[in-house]
Amino acid sequence: MRFMLLQNYGEVESGCAPMPEWSPREIKAHIEFQQALNAELATRGELVDAQGLAGPEQAKFVVWDGSGAPVVTDGPFPEAKELLAGYRLVDVQTAERAIEIAAQASAAPGPGGVAIRQPIEVRQVLSAPDPEV
Amino acid sequence: MRTEDLLRELAPQVLGALMRRYGDFADAEDAVQEALLAAATSWPAEGQPDNPAGWLIRVASRRLANQYRGDAARRRREELAASWSRTPAEPAPERDDTLILMFMCCHPCLTPGSAIPLALRAVGGLTTREIAAAFLVPEATMAQRISRAKARIKASGQPFRLPPPDQRPERLRSVLHVLYLLFNEGYTTSGGPGLSRTDLSGEAIRLARIIQAAMPDDPEVGGLLALMLLTEARRPARSGPGGELIPLAEQDRTRWDRGLIAEGVALITSALGGGHAGEYQLQAAIAALHDQAASHTATDWPQILALYDLLESMTGNPMVTLNRAVAAAMARGPSAGLALLDGLDERLSGHHRLHSVRAHLLEQAGDAEAATAEFRAAAARTANLRERHYLITRAARLAAAPATAPEEQAGATGHPGTDAGDG
Repeated sequence: MRFMLLQNYGEVESGCAPMPEWSPREIKAHIEFQQALNAELATRGELVDAQGLAGPEQAKFVVWDGSGAPVVTDGPFPEAKELLAGYRLVDVQTAERAIEIAAQASAAPGPGGVAIRQPIEVRQVLSAPDPEV
Repeated sequence: MRTEDLLRELAPQVLGALMRRYGDFADAEDAVQEALLAAATSWPAEGQPDNPAGWLIRVASRRLANQYRGDAARRRREELAASWSRTPAEPAPERDDTLILMFMCCHPCLTPGSAIPLALRAVGGLTTREIAAAFLVPEATMAQRISRAKARIKASGQPFRLPPPDQRPERLRSVLHVLYLLFNEGYTTSGGPGLSRTDLSGEAIRLARIIQAAMPDDPEVGGLLALMLLTEARRPARSGPGGELIPLAEQDRTRWDRGLIAEGVALITSALGGGHAGEYQLQAAIAALHDQAASHTATDWPQILALYDLLESMTGNPMVTLNRAVAAAMARGPSAGLALLDGLDERLSGHHRLHSVRAHLLEQAGDAEAATAEFRAAAARTANLRERHYLITRAARLAAAPATAPEEQAGATGHPGTDAGDG
């Protein structure tokens, strides 16, 4: 089963300051935590892909205008907090395992080494119909 | 020699031989790719043949012949092949074939995004799978990109020979540009942990060496190869144990590769003797000054500034102006550098590099608050993960540090942009 674990720019449960305001050591610890988690998932054969996205300043919304020329809207967007910041795509045996990984990701350390408790959206990826069925 | 290395070396030679015999680039290139894959599986098991190039040419020719036989339009094609085989083969050294292939792959009808993978396959002898992995796209996507590129070259009616002398300088410029971009792709890339990526910078250097061997007297070819070697020499010091970016000013210079530096310096010295210095020679000369300096502060900044002046008037590239501002700040003080940035806001509006250079210069000038804001702005705008980490950390360090006098900070202030590969 594949699951998408999504993170956005919204508030985190710990209520801590955004990363640019942390100390260099706290930032380093956070980055190393993320790298270690990815390495662990890769070793277990569960990691399909993990990517961080470029900032909301560079986001664009594109809508086809119905006749040919697309309408492109540049930021800044009032709903920037809802934009996706990054994702992990994991391939796991059970939904419980996906939740376990999401919990680990949510425990990433922030200021003072305290977990930031970032909400992780867990979404199953739809698959092709099972050929056995 | 490892089978893999031997195959990469032989690839352009084999393709050249097939081109001379059959003339169809797209088909010949496919046949060579299949022959290389066949060799990669059978040679390690059965041992290398006595004449590896001959083996590959024979296998590739057989595939091509089989394909033509099975083809609905075989008659027409066989006639074409026959007409080609009747053409008396001009005796040409192998290095010419490689050069012709390089000119074909970097034909101006292709964008660099198509030319790079095609050159890696046709001249570099890499497999589609390896190229796809290097660019982090699925193999089928890369196969499509390469076959579209070949179709364009076919449609351009490019004959298999060197461009005529009057077109050669322009065509050589495209070749060098493609190699330069390939090198930068490898140098600045931020592949995630655990992803194995083909060493693109190493491939760019290998291809540049082939071109340089074929055109030893061209100063820009020498300049580009020197630039690559002098930049590559700093790679071991350019990132920390966790992959984090280390700017030039803070790099441990004992980790720089002295062998590459010596080779690069010798190359650029002899290239510069040729009179009019081109863009790559100037960049290589700047890289040589950095590589030979005992420390960041002991660097010959006035000379680097003079070279950037020349480069800017030659290219008009705003990215060069950014580097020139860094050199000006080091040679004449931060306010001289900041003044140069003022003219760039319109042309580089919102570009992360403008913010990051301004941040470094403001930090040098002792304006920690403004520098922190600029580092954060740069971090929000970069598309490179490692660079984002670097910039956020830099902002955090400044915000956390008590105010320091500008003189004390100057020595520790560096800017990654003075690395040629970032430009």
